[in-house]
Amino acid sequence: MSERRKIHPVVTMLALPSLLLLYLPLVAVAVYSVNSARIGLVWEGFTLRWYRELLHNEAMLDAARNTMILGLVSTAIATVLGTLLALGLARFPWPKPIARTLDVIVDLPVVTPDIIFAAAMVIAFSMLRSLWAGFVPGMLAMVIGHVTFQISFVALVVRSRLVLIGPTLMEAGRDLYASSFYLFRKVTLPLLLPAIVAGAMLAFTLSLDDFVISFFTAGPKSNTLPILIYSAQRRGLSPQIHAISTLIVILTVALVLGLERFTRYRKA
Amino acid sequence: MAAGAGEAVVGCFRSMLAAVGLRGQPGAVEVQGSTGGMPGKVGDEGGPAVSHDLNIEGISKYFGPVQALAGVTFTVKAGEFVTLLGPSGCGKTTLLRIIAGFERSDEGHVRLGERLLDDLPANRRPVNTVFQSYALFPHLSVYANIAFGLRARHFAAAEVDKRVEFGLGMLQLDGLAERYPHQLSGGQKQRVALARALVNEPEVLLLDEPMSALDAKLRAEVQIEMRRLQRKLGKTFILVTHDQDEAMTVSDRILVMNQGRIEQIGTSSEVYEKPRNRFVAEFLGAANLIPAELVGPRTVQTALGMLELRADPRWERGTLAIHPERIEARRTPPKSNGVRVRVKDAVYRGDHVELLVEPGPLRVQAVPGINFEIGERLWLELPAERLEVLLD
Repeated sequence: MSERRKIHPVVTMLALPSLLLLYLPLVAVAVYSVNSARIGLVWEGFTLRWYRELLHNEAMLDAARNTMILGLVSTAIATVLGTLLALGLARFPWPKPIARTLDVIVDLPVVTPDIIFAAAMVIAFSMLRSLWAGFVPGMLAMVIGHVTFQISFVALVVRSRLVLIGPTLMEAGRDLYASSFYLFRKVTLPLLLPAIVAGAMLAFTLSLDDFVISFFTAGPKSNTLPILIYSAQRRGLSPQIHAISTLIVILTVALVLGLERFTRYRKA
Repeated sequence: MAAGAGEAVVGCFRSMLAAVGLRGQPGAVEVQGSTGGMPGKVGDEGGPAVSHDLNIEGISKYFGPVQALAGVTFTVKAGEFVTLLGPSGCGKTTLLRIIAGFERSDEGHVRLGERLLDDLPANRRPVNTVFQSYALFPHLSVYANIAFGLRARHFAAAEVDKRVEFGLGMLQLDGLAERYPHQLSGGQKQRVALARALVNEPEVLLLDEPMSALDAKLRAEVQIEMRRLQRKLGKTFILVTHDQDEAMTVSDRILVMNQGRIEQIGTSSEVYEKPRNRFVAEFLGAANLIPAELVGPRTVQTALGMLELRADPRWERGTLAIHPERIEARRTPPKSNGVRVRVKDAVYRGDHVELLVEPGPLRVQAVPGINFEIGERLWLELPAERLEVLLD
């Protein structure tokens, strides 16, 4: 065990307010989600009524369903494509300058502001609509939009693991008579799996929380929870919104904790 | 382990393999076509019925503008233990990787017997490698690691089991089958890597500095063990190392490499006793190099004075080499090739005394017993039969 280091009081003084700033709003939302007062910020006793009401709110359930479909479908597609992208980038003997350019291109969506990305999507889809009328705002456009930014995150996570594993194990597999397919199935995939799962969970979390890209690509029937919460907020705070927000936070935290577990690298 | 026991285990291993019919039957290494999408067969170029010589024919390799190998040619006889010895960056590892099939040569050919290996990918060559860092699969148990090459070729489970069991026995890994690589010591990992390669009965086993990760004491043991194993199995072993002691301990022949070229090929004693050039003389045993000029029949002029040689050198000006332990230090003048010197430094090393003398400076290993004083004047004898005439 490492010896306990003394924490300087200044660190505590800085850390506590920061943590408060971060978590107080979340805690507040959770508290009001079980407050029986319909309006206002006065505590009037504990209730799970708003959670029960959620189950009868058709618009809310619809949005939850859309969010899940969007999240699962886009994550599934982005995980496969992102993993293949990472493998392609790492394995193909790209000349140095091209490799560097490709790296930047792959990382770009991670740092591009969502709003720019979303606006670009709108333009892209209106152009694509002239080719095929199916590119209307709606679920298909949202899935494509989400996949587009998720791929980068998946590729990033998988690629860093590939770098960590290095080329020698693949050479050892080759040396031991493995065909490309056998090598992928028995060596590459098992070793990459923690990163692929982590990448998928990250992608799913991002999709779940995404508002900007969803908002710009959504159609009339494809409201997601973030969009619903946004429009409901404008009409005034409702305890149901607090309840659904709390649920989303819990789900996100669970995913992040799961992610943490999977990214830990077991060293040989 | 006693030599007798080792012999018994290995003998058992061989007879077992013969009994199962895995040696010399091409059919045994065919893929049974169970996995979809797999290309036809692996190793279908004929099983290792007879061992073949490995011929390296004019191999050149460039990495961008850098020439890593410059037309290397040599033959490794079947069942021979050959070491590629040289400093880092001399091309020895590149050559090993070309033989394994991880790199392609830009010129030249690798041939096993009559068979050209150049176009065979690594997974179809009857060649296995023990990697420098062992490259054990971290997600697989010791058993599954050793079984990997057999399962990749879709051997029947019973055959896999028998071979792995014998592999475990041969390398004293009994009881470790269920362990994972991170639960093994360095020495155990190394033996698993050896077993993983050897259960495939490769025609040639390549060893890429497999002992560099072991501590000095263990390394010395493993070298002897490796030599014994190779003799028992009668397989062709090619070892890459930069350690001259290791090379001399294990090899039948040593290939001294430098800057992508072979400087000399020979047995341990040949390359040590009869170095061809300055590089080999200095790399093996740190010989003293003495610039010399031919002044008469079998006589050269050097900074140490006139020296007699066994034979006339082929140059007018060139270099002589003599190992420190071949020089005799004495207080009385020798009959021939005597040199009067002064002791600059003397270090007691237990089994010898290391002297640094002037002029030269020459390094001398003298027998302990005589007390050498710094500044003392001595006679050295540089026996004519120990003075090697280098080509350069």
